[in-house]
Amino acid sequence: MKQFYSFIKKEFYQIFRDKRTLLILLVMPVILVILLGYAINTELNDVRIAVFDPSKDTETRHVIERFRASKYFSVIKELDTKSEINDVFKGGNMDMVIVFPENFSARLHKREANIQLIVDGTDPNQAYMLTGYAGGVLSSYQMELLERYDIPVQIQTETRMLYNPQAKSAYNFVPGVMGLILTLICAMMTSVSIVREKEMGTMEVLLASPMKPIQIILSKMAPYFVLSITTLVIILLLAVFVMGVPIRGSLFWLALSSVLFIIVALSLGLLISTLVDKQMSALLVSGIGLMMPVLVFSGLIFPIENIPWVLRWISDVIPARWYIAIVRKIMIEGVGVQFFIKELCIIVVMALVLITVAWKNFKVRLC
Amino acid sequence: MAAVSVENLCKSYGKVQAVNKLSFAVEEGELYGIIGPDGAGKTTLFRILATLMLPDGGTARVAGYDVVNDYRTIRNLIGYMPGRFSLYQDLTVEENLNFFATVFSTTVDENYSLIEDIYKQIEPFKKRLAGKLSGGMKQKLALSCALIHKPEVLFLDEPTTGVDPVSRKEFWNMLLKLKRQGITIMVSTPYMDEATLCDRIALIQNGEFLEVDTPRHIIDRYPDVLWSVKSDKMHRLLDDLRSYPHVKSSFSFGETFHVTFYGQGSPGELEAYLSDRGHQSVEIRKIAPSVEDCFMLLGRKGKNGK
Repeated sequence: MKQFYSFIKKEFYQIFRDKRTLLILLVMPVILVILLGYAINTELNDVRIAVFDPSKDTETRHVIERFRASKYFSVIKELDTKSEINDVFKGGNMDMVIVFPENFSARLHKREANIQLIVDGTDPNQAYMLTGYAGGVLSSYQMELLERYDIPVQIQTETRMLYNPQAKSAYNFVPGVMGLILTLICAMMTSVSIVREKEMGTMEVLLASPMKPIQIILSKMAPYFVLSITTLVIILLLAVFVMGVPIRGSLFWLALSSVLFIIVALSLGLLISTLVDKQMSALLVSGIGLMMPVLVFSGLIFPIENIPWVLRWISDVIPARWYIAIVRKIMIEGVGVQFFIKELCIIVVMALVLITVAWKNFKVRLC
Repeated sequence: MAAVSVENLCKSYGKVQAVNKLSFAVEEGELYGIIGPDGAGKTTLFRILATLMLPDGGTARVAGYDVVNDYRTIRNLIGYMPGRFSLYQDLTVEENLNFFATVFSTTVDENYSLIEDIYKQIEPFKKRLAGKLSGGMKQKLALSCALIHKPEVLFLDEPTTGVDPVSRKEFWNMLLKLKRQGITIMVSTPYMDEATLCDRIALIQNGEFLEVDTPRHIIDRYPDVLWSVKSDKMHRLLDDLRSYPHVKSSFSFGETFHVTFYGQGSPGELEAYLSDRGHQSVEIRKIAPSVEDCFMLLGRKGKNGK
C-alpha cells in the first residue's frame, strides 16, 4: 500500500511538473466548452430571407409577418419576378428565399397550399437547419390557422427538432466534449505516460523491482482517473451554469456511466501502451484511433445524421460514441435508465474485454 | 553456492546470436567483470540475469533462484542498474531515492549506511532534478537507488560509460567498498583499464566468453613480448608496420601502436626498416601487456578460429 501511495505521489509530481501537459488537461476542456459555446456558434441568427409572393393575399402576408416577427429571420427583400431568385443567391447576400404559389389563400382552403423554401446548399448543415427553422415558423402558423378558421389544414412539413427545438448547439457539443476529454485524459495520457517509462528506461528498473505489474498499472491509472473526474466536474459546471445546458436526468446514472467509460478509456490507454514503445506512436494511435473518431462521431463537427452508414458501422466500435449517446439521453432528454441500458451494457462489455486483453498483453519482462 | 550460475545460456535476435552458449559462475562476494566492446552481448546477458528477458536456451540462477521460474523472488534480491540512465529526470535527487526506497519496501534511513559514502557526494544537490545532474553524479544517484534495498547481488551494466575519468575512478572505489561489505557485484564495461580492479573478468565478444580468469593471470598468459612503436608520421605508420614481414600483430593504442614480432623480428631491424621508409624519431619501447592487449589477441584468435 505504501508502494502504491508513493507511486501515485511520484506520478502527480511528474504531472504537475509537466506544465504544458497539465495546462492542456485542465484548460483545454474550459476552452473547448467556451469556444464551441460562443465562437463556433452553429445556431442561426439574422437569417436573410427574400420573398417571392405573386398572390399577395392576406394569408401570404400573415406568413411573411410570421417570419418578420421571428428573431431568427429578417426579410430583407421582396422579389417581383421568379428570375430574380437566382440573382439574389449569386450576390451571396441571401440565405433563403420563400416562394409562394399564385392564389395561395384559395389553395389553402382547398388544402393544396404549398410553399417552396429555397436555400443555399453549399453548407448542407446550415441549409438543413434553415429549413428546420422555417418549417417551425410555418407549422406554428398552421396551428394558428386551425384555431382561427376551424378548418383542417394539411400540415405538409413536419420538421421538428426533438428535445432541442431551437437546435441549441450547446446541447450537442457538451456530451461530445465530455467524450472527447475523457478519451484524451484517460486513454491518451495513460498510454503516453506508461510508454514514457519504457522510452526513458525507467520501466526497466521498475520491472526489475519487486513491484507487481498490477501495482504499476493501478498506480499509473489512478492519477488520470482523478484528473478526469476533475475535468468532468469542470465541464459539467460550465455546461450547467455558463452554457445553460440542463441535466434533466439522474446525476447518479450520469456519474456511473462516466466512471464506466473512464474505465474503458483507461484500459484502452493501457492496451495501447502494451502495443507500442514510443511516446510518439502512442500519441498517434490514441490520436487517430480514438480522438478522431470521437470528433467525427460525436456530432461535434458533423451531424450524426449525415454520416454514411459504413462509417456509422465503424463508429459502433468506438466506446466514446456510446458514452456520448448515454450522456445525451441523461442530460438532454432526461430519460430513465431503461432507455440507455443497451448503451450502458455495451460499455460494460467493452470494459471487460479491454481490461482482459490489456491484462493478458502486459509484459512482466522487456520482451 | 554461487551467487550467479549460468549454463549454456543462449539468446538471439533474429540471426544475431547475442549470447551464445555461455556457462560461468560468480562466487558470493565476488566483483566479477564482463569486459567487451559494444554489441558483444553484455546488456543482453545482464537483462536475462535481471529477469527482464527470457533466454532462448540454457539456464541461469541468481542467488540460487531460476531467472525464468522464480523471477519474482529474484527481483527482491537484486539491484539492477541499466546501461542507460534510468531514473526519473523530472524528479529531484531526493525524490528519486525515496521513490525507489518505497518501491523496494524499505526506507532511505534503514539502509543509509550502505549508500552513505556515495550519497554524501550528491547530497548537496538533493533538491536538483535528476535530469540536470552531470553524468558522474547521475551514475552515483543511480547506484544509490540500486543499492537502497541492500541487494544480495548487484548488476551494473556499463555504469561508467560516458563518465569522466575522475568520476570513473571514484565510482570504482565505491564498488570496491561495496564488495568489502559482502555484496556480490557483476559489472560490465567497455573500458579495459577498469578490468584490473575486478576479482575475475570474463572477456566477451560476439556473445561468447574468450577467457575467464583473474586479470593478473590473463595478463601473465600473454605469450609474446610487446613493443610500443611511435614515429613522426603516425598516419602512415600502421600500413608500414603491417608491411614489415616479421610483425605478427600491430594495433592502434592511443598515441602509439602495440606490436609483437615473429621469432626473426627485432626492434632494431624494425627501426631500420621504418627509417628507410621515411619515418623519423622512431621510438620503440618494450612494455607490459594490458588487458586490452590480451583482448585484441584473443579476439583475433576467436575470429581466425571461425
